[in-house]
This record gives sequence, C-alpha cells and structure tokens, in this order.
Amino acid sequence: MNGDQAMRAHSATLPAPSFSDPAFVIPPPLATATVAIVTSAALHTPEDPAFAGGDTGFRLIDRNRRDLILGHWSPNFDRAAIAMDLNVVYPIDRLAELAAEGVIGAVAPRHVSFAGNQPDDVATIRLDSGPAAAAALSADGVDVVLLTPV
Amino acid sequence: MSVLAHVFEAAGIATIVLSSVRETAVKVAPPRALHCEFPLGRPLGKPGDPAFQHDVLRRAFALLDAHSGPVLVDHPDAIEAENEYVACALPPRYDPTLPAAVDEAKGLRRAYERARARRGVTSVGRVVDADGVPDAIAVLVTIAGGADWKSTGIPGGNTTALCHDIRTYYEEAALELVNGPLPGPHALEDWFFDQTEAGKTVLQARAAIRDSGAKAPVWFYMTPAQRP
Repeated sequence: MNGDQAMRAHSATLPAPSFSDPAFVIPPPLATATVAIVTSAALHTPEDPAFAGGDTGFRLIDRNRRDLILGHWSPNFDRAAIAMDLNVVYPIDRLAELAAEGVIGAVAPRHVSFAGNQPDDVATIRLDSGPAAAAALSADGVDVVLLTPV
Repeated sequence: MSVLAHVFEAAGIATIVLSSVRETAVKVAPPRALHCEFPLGRPLGKPGDPAFQHDVLRRAFALLDAHSGPVLVDHPDAIEAENEYVACALPPRYDPTLPAAVDEAKGLRRAYERARARRGVTSVGRVVDADGVPDAIAVLVTIAGGADWKSTGIPGGNTTALCHDIRTYYEEAALELVNGPLPGPHALEDWFFDQTEAGKTVLQARAAIRDSGAKAPVWFYMTPAQRP
C-alpha cells in the first residue's frame, strides 16, 4: 500500500456528518454562470495570515493573484505539485480560458481557501466559517462553486 | 470538501466536488461529485497539462445538467504514484567542515532563488526562511546524532513547520534542476527522503525524537505517515 492508498484508507474511516434534506440548487446556464473555486489546500497570499494547525477559517483570494503560498500542514499529499503548476489544485487559469471561450459566464472576482485538515466534528465550517465564505461569494454573484480537495 | 458543498448549496450556490476519497463522497453525499482517483495533492490530475485539466473540468461541469442529486460520477482515468526515480543533480561537497546535509542545503541556494524568482513566491517561511534552513538542518543533525531534542531548541518550536520549510526549500530548488518532464506523483518526496542528505537527516531526527519517548505530535508529522 503506497502513501496515497494508506491516506485514503484512513480518511474513509473518519466520522462523516450526515445532512438531512440537503439543498440541491439548479444554477443558471453555465454560459451565463459566475464560477468560483473553493479549495482546501490552505493557499494564501504572502500578506494574508498563515494558516495555523487546525485552522477552521478561510482566506479570500483575488482572481488576479498567482503568488500563493501553500499553507496546508499535512506532510502526506504531493506537496510539490502546486509549485509545478498552481492549476493542478487551483485551476484559475483554466477557468479564465473557459470564460474567454464563453463556456462559463465569468470567473468570480474572489475565491476561497480553507485548510483540509479540519477537526473531526467539522462544526465550525458547518456553522460559522463555511456559511461566512458562502455569504462572501453570494455577495459577488457567484452561481457555481468548484471544490478542489487537498 | 463534501461538507462544504452542503453548506454552500444551502446558501443558494450550486456546487461540484472533485472527490478524492470515494467512501467519503458516498457517505457525505454532496449534491454533485466527480470522483477523481488521482494522486493526493493533484485534484486536477496532471500539472502542466491544460488539456487534461480541461477534461476534468468538462466532466465536472457536465454534472450541472442533473436535475436532482446526489450525483456521483467517476472520472474514467486513475493515476497512481509509481515510485518514479527523479534524476536531480545535488551539489558536490564544498565545505568538509560542515555536516553533509548542511553543506548540501547551502549548495542548493542558487537553485532555490531561481525557483523563487520564477514563481514570484515561495512556500518556505513558516518558521525559518531560506537563510535559516542550513542552521535548522544543523539542529536536526545534532538530534539525529543523539542530542536531547528538548535542549537543542527546535527553530520556531515546531518540528512539523520546521520540516515543512526544509522539505519545501529542497522541492522548490529541485524543480530548477530536473531535466525532462515534470516529476510524477510523490517523486520529489521520494527524492528528498531517499536521495538527499537533508531528507535522511529528517528521518533520523524523527526516529531519535520518537525513540526518546516524545509524544507523537512532536515527531509524527515531520515526514509522511508511511516513512519509517
């Protein structure tokens, strides 16, 4: 079993919260939709506060920024890939290309970064920081979110 | 990610998760998920391959056509880490008065600075910057040699952050030194721990701290979990 297989097996054993009567939003047509990225790679700009271990907060990333620091604390994932190509985690240039082609309506002005290593009960992101991030994107007119895990 | 999908959806925003752990996607059941059996840390699959990344996005956005959920679809390609050997030149021994790992780190500085200039940013600096990396390695050398880790003083006071900075300094520098295609999944991790003096030092220091009876959070996260 390699490292990824071991981490996947471990992750599969973690508590999983359930959601009764979950919402299912029908978005506007993709060609008119504003799309944002929400990543759990703990990316942040140099002037943002760094992510602490167990950080349940989020950082907003301006769509024009590419100078992003990897703030995730786990040593287990392939950490070098982001240095090779930011888009392999945060596909901001790909979204810009899709917007230029008219496939999506627009790239959101701000995107969201959380840290993937959350406390097991995920209470804060469910009740506090998650809704706050969603409110920020709603204020920007975001219709669709793509969530990219690390 | 699947939890956040429910939160955003409840706020009126449609979501698509690029799932990395299929069991979690099944249990948490986000409204729409494209499961991607890709190396962890590469949710779009392949760095430097816009066509592949666009294929992932096309399949993800196609899930928006569903009128009800949850929807869970598998990307047809699986990508595995394959113990790929990375040919990356390491600096020759320069100052024999220094521990080999410290000498090595100093020798990589130019490559690291090229990487920093090219990308315009570095992820080194959580507790030490590039100037502090050789001294930080020197501390780990003494711990690996039997010194009590509690009396040596861990720069920044956090072994996880310290080892992040050392490994990231090496991995960013290596990207300026490898020839050919971009290294495969976990290939630079393997290069760091298997081929470099610094990587071997981190492993030895971690084992020494562990064997001293320190609590797991002090040493466990200095390396990936499966490292000895």
